[in-house]
Amino acid sequence: MGRGMAEPGWVFRAAGLTKIYRMGEVEVQALRGIDLELRRGELVVLLGPSGSGKSTLLNILGGLDTPTAGEVSYLERNLSTASETELTLFRRDHVGFVFQFYNLIPSLTARENVAAVTEIAKAPMKPEEALAMVGLGSRLDHFPAQLSGGEQQRVAIARAIAKNPAVLLCDEPTGALDSTTGIIVLEALEKVNRELGTLTVLITHNAGIADMADRVIRLSDGRIVEERHNTVKRVAHELSW
Amino acid sequence: MTALDLKLLRDLWHMRGQVLAIAAVIAGGVATLVMSLSTYDSLLTTRDLFYSEYRFAQVFTTLKRAPESVAQRLKEIPGVERLETRVVAVVKLEVAGFNDPVTGMLSSLPDVGMPLLNTLHLKRGRWLTPYSGDEIIVSDTFADAHGLHPGDRIHAVIHGKRKALTLVGVALSPEYVYQIAPGAMFPDFKRYGVLWMGRHALAAAYDMDGAFNNVALTLTPGTDEQAVIRRLDTLLAPYGGVGAHGRKDQFSNRFLSEELKQLQTTATVFPSIFMGVAAFLLNVVVTRLIATQREQIAILKAFGYHHAAIGWHFVKLVMAIALLGVAAGTALGMWFGNGLAGVYMELYRFPYLEYVLEPPVIFIALAVTSAAALSGTLLAVGRAIRLPPAEGMRPETPVAYRATLLERLGLQRLCSQPTRMILRHIERRPLKSLLTVFGIACAGGLMMVGNYQRGAIDFMVDVQFKHAAREDLAVTFLEPTSGRALHELAQLPGVRHVEGFRDVAANLRFGHYHYRSAIYGIQPEGVLHRSLDSELRPVAVPAGGVVLTDHLANNILHVQPGDLLTVEVLEGRRQVLQVPVLGLTRQFLGVSAYMRQDTLNELLREGDVVSGAYLSHDPGVEQDLYDRLHGRPRVLGMVAHAAAIKSFYATLGEFVLFFNMVATALAATIAFGVVYNSARIALSERGRELASLRVLGFTHGEIAYILLGELGALTLAAIPVGFAVGAGLCGILVVVFASDLYRLPLVLEPYNFALGATVVAASAMVSGWLVWRQLGRLDLVGVLKTRE
Ligand SMILES: Nc1ncnc2c1ncn2[C@@H]1O[C@H](COP(=O)(O)OP(=O)(O)OP(=O)(O)O)[C@@H](O)[C@H]1O
Ligand SMILES: [Mg+2]
Repeated sequence: MGRGMAEPGWVFRAAGLTKIYRMGEVEVQALRGIDLELRRGELVVLLGPSGSGKSTLLNILGGLDTPTAGEVSYLERNLSTASETELTLFRRDHVGFVFQFYNLIPSLTARENVAAVTEIAKAPMKPEEALAMVGLGSRLDHFPAQLSGGEQQRVAIARAIAKNPAVLLCDEPTGALDSTTGIIVLEALEKVNRELGTLTVLITHNAGIADMADRVIRLSDGRIVEERHNTVKRVAHELSW
Repeated sequence: MTALDLKLLRDLWHMRGQVLAIAAVIAGGVATLVMSLSTYDSLLTTRDLFYSEYRFAQVFTTLKRAPESVAQRLKEIPGVERLETRVVAVVKLEVAGFNDPVTGMLSSLPDVGMPLLNTLHLKRGRWLTPYSGDEIIVSDTFADAHGLHPGDRIHAVIHGKRKALTLVGVALSPEYVYQIAPGAMFPDFKRYGVLWMGRHALAAAYDMDGAFNNVALTLTPGTDEQAVIRRLDTLLAPYGGVGAHGRKDQFSNRFLSEELKQLQTTATVFPSIFMGVAAFLLNVVVTRLIATQREQIAILKAFGYHHAAIGWHFVKLVMAIALLGVAAGTALGMWFGNGLAGVYMELYRFPYLEYVLEPPVIFIALAVTSAAALSGTLLAVGRAIRLPPAEGMRPETPVAYRATLLERLGLQRLCSQPTRMILRHIERRPLKSLLTVFGIACAGGLMMVGNYQRGAIDFMVDVQFKHAAREDLAVTFLEPTSGRALHELAQLPGVRHVEGFRDVAANLRFGHYHYRSAIYGIQPEGVLHRSLDSELRPVAVPAGGVVLTDHLANNILHVQPGDLLTVEVLEGRRQVLQVPVLGLTRQFLGVSAYMRQDTLNELLREGDVVSGAYLSHDPGVEQDLYDRLHGRPRVLGMVAHAAAIKSFYATLGEFVLFFNMVATALAATIAFGVVYNSARIALSERGRELASLRVLGFTHGEIAYILLGELGALTLAAIPVGFAVGAGLCGILVVVFASDLYRLPLVLEPYNFALGATVVAASAMVSGWLVWRQLGRLDLVGVLKTRE
């Protein structure tokens, strides 16, 4: 929606973002005051040890979760105060997700899992096209249970990019992949980022992948502990791990 | 087709076992509803059609004897549309090869042409030839019971003279849809027959030449029935009129109406209970079913599907199941309804059955089912939707288990690790466990509702014939007779005991309530015919007043002991008496008003007069005794009680059995559906957990124990709760089923409980076996790979 308007320099802006999970008497502070700006067309990599709050941050940016305190905006839209319906529309129209646990619908084939998203999108590509981009053109009619973990992950990525989203949020998209397939997937993400100017946020445990980012943000214990700009940005097929 | 619709179809196919089980629960409820209501509507429609097509009269009266010339004056009563006079005689019948006493109700037909009113539907044979002397038409029940065909001959003792009659036709009459001998409790088609004969011939035999003793008429629309009845009574009083009455008090119609009212109650209460329970179970099952889809709801939400779209998706899923259930239930209900109506047709003689299924019935079924399904769906979807998608998508956070009560009591050494898992799981979700227990309990309770009537009827018959009416034989005299006649009866060989009784037709009135019945004068110290107190102990009827059946006093006349009851005698001098109500008597079958015979004689200002006698006799003397009694001119009819009980079980019993069988089958279906669903849902809820345990090295048997142990524990807990639910539901039935004809006592036999428990336990075992097999096929690798 924001594209083409008189835009601010950032797409996402977070200030003092805090998230506390409460389970009975136990409190888990997942985010402890995050300040952040993400710009249009950027490819950002989030690094950090397990439990440092990466997924939590990504979920809040994507409108899947709301912060306990602090503000987060997407363009002129304040996500921290948005209603359920506004968040739904935001996700539907602007965000492509790749979830850490893939979260495919077990009763739908690869093609149909993608179709479930393209059917409600404004200007999607064809499910087959999206699956071809992640090298799954020949596994269209397989059910999740008939695919390997990596293949499921690629279906999840196809599902995210198929709607040509303005923002792509990927939680460990290559976690289960060998480096060859991983690179195919990263190339697909890179292509979407470059050609469509899609802001892409990518969580990974793999420091090697950080080399393809414009910016690398490192989290630890719910805080940003390091932020660096890559002066040289490598293309995906030059990476290896 | 959209991806979501595809998912819907696949999900339905994937859960087909559960889909069928849920549909079975719905079908059980809907079938009961459709069966009961369609049977009721069919019988009502058939009756009305039969009545109007065969011109059933609206006002009836009997009298001693009036010359035919009086008829003209009756026809001139304002409001009378058509009027027909008849000769009606109660006769003794002799059928070759059948030795029991047989009573016949012999009515006249016009010598030429059709009757104006109460026309016959000729089933076989032909009409009487004009002015025939010995031709008769008999009711089909009697013909069927004795295998009589046109051309057969029977004998009748009319007015003391034995006459040979030739059967020419077999017919049905709107006047005798429900055929029951006066004074009898149940229909007995072998020992009571309705016959028709030419007027001329009957009048000659019955000493009614140029006279009549029975009148039937219809009214012009808008006429005040009571006004016509009053005029009729005044005009016929000099001729021994016994008080005219409308259709409401016409014998067959009254019984039919009572039965239909009973059926209507059945048709309301049974389905309400069944549908109510089915709806509750449906709601519980659907709620849990949707809860297992929580992750998928979260995914759809994350993609930006609107709440409404997600809700609609699951509504479609559940409605598909509900519609399957309603459709199956409707088909099943129509099938049973046809069967049930067929059983009724045996009891009520209609020439045809007009089977109707009113669309509103299906609409009600749909509405109730949808409401239950939708409320459950929306509740569960709403709960899942309220979760932020980020949370819905992760595996459910390990819940906070606690040490169970047992462990806190320090008894953990008694339990193995898996047993502890079972107990903790039950304790962690107390509400869910309670709902499961209650659901299974309801299913067990339904089983008891389905089959309790049989025992209740046995008890009712036992009380009536072993405690209250213990006579072997009830003999009615042609006319009230001096008590000396009893001595003659006592002299007959084999007779052990004789007790006279005096009964008189009367209208009982209290305030604006009234009931047309009879007063029975019985012996205060009688050993054969007795009245029972509320504890079912025999009590003597006190002198100087009347004792009423509890139902008659409480629910019909609204009179209490101590009140003065107005008794309008409908015979003889037709006195209007004020009689104190002295007490109530407990009676399950029929309603009666009892007095001491001497009190009644006194009130009627007559001496020691009896209308008949109750007899007990030695075993084996029946035939000889019947023959001797038959030969006595004073004896009009006899009712043998053993035969009456047998005929009761053959008629009403057959209906009850059919209904019980169907209700029990449906209840069992529901019970199985519920138990299977509980097991199956538990499996889908815990499939991952169990698969992980398998991966860790637990055996098939061990994980089955964890899952099925819980089901077993909940089922065991549910059985006694089911007993309570069943007893409660039966209690409701007892209250709503109370009618003039009978009141079912609340007696639950051990087999009622046993059947409920057995069906629940068997359902649990079969479900357990099915789940056991599925546990064997748990996809260990798949579970680790995909996340459902
Ligand atoms: N729903 C929840 N309830 C309670 N605590 C939670 C919940 N979700 C996350 N947490 C906690 O918040 C913290 C951050 O979790 P998060 O999932 O963001 O970590 P992460 O950086 O993505 O880790 P990983 O690399 O292992 O995926 C963790 O300590 C986690 O236990
Ligand atoms: Mg994470």
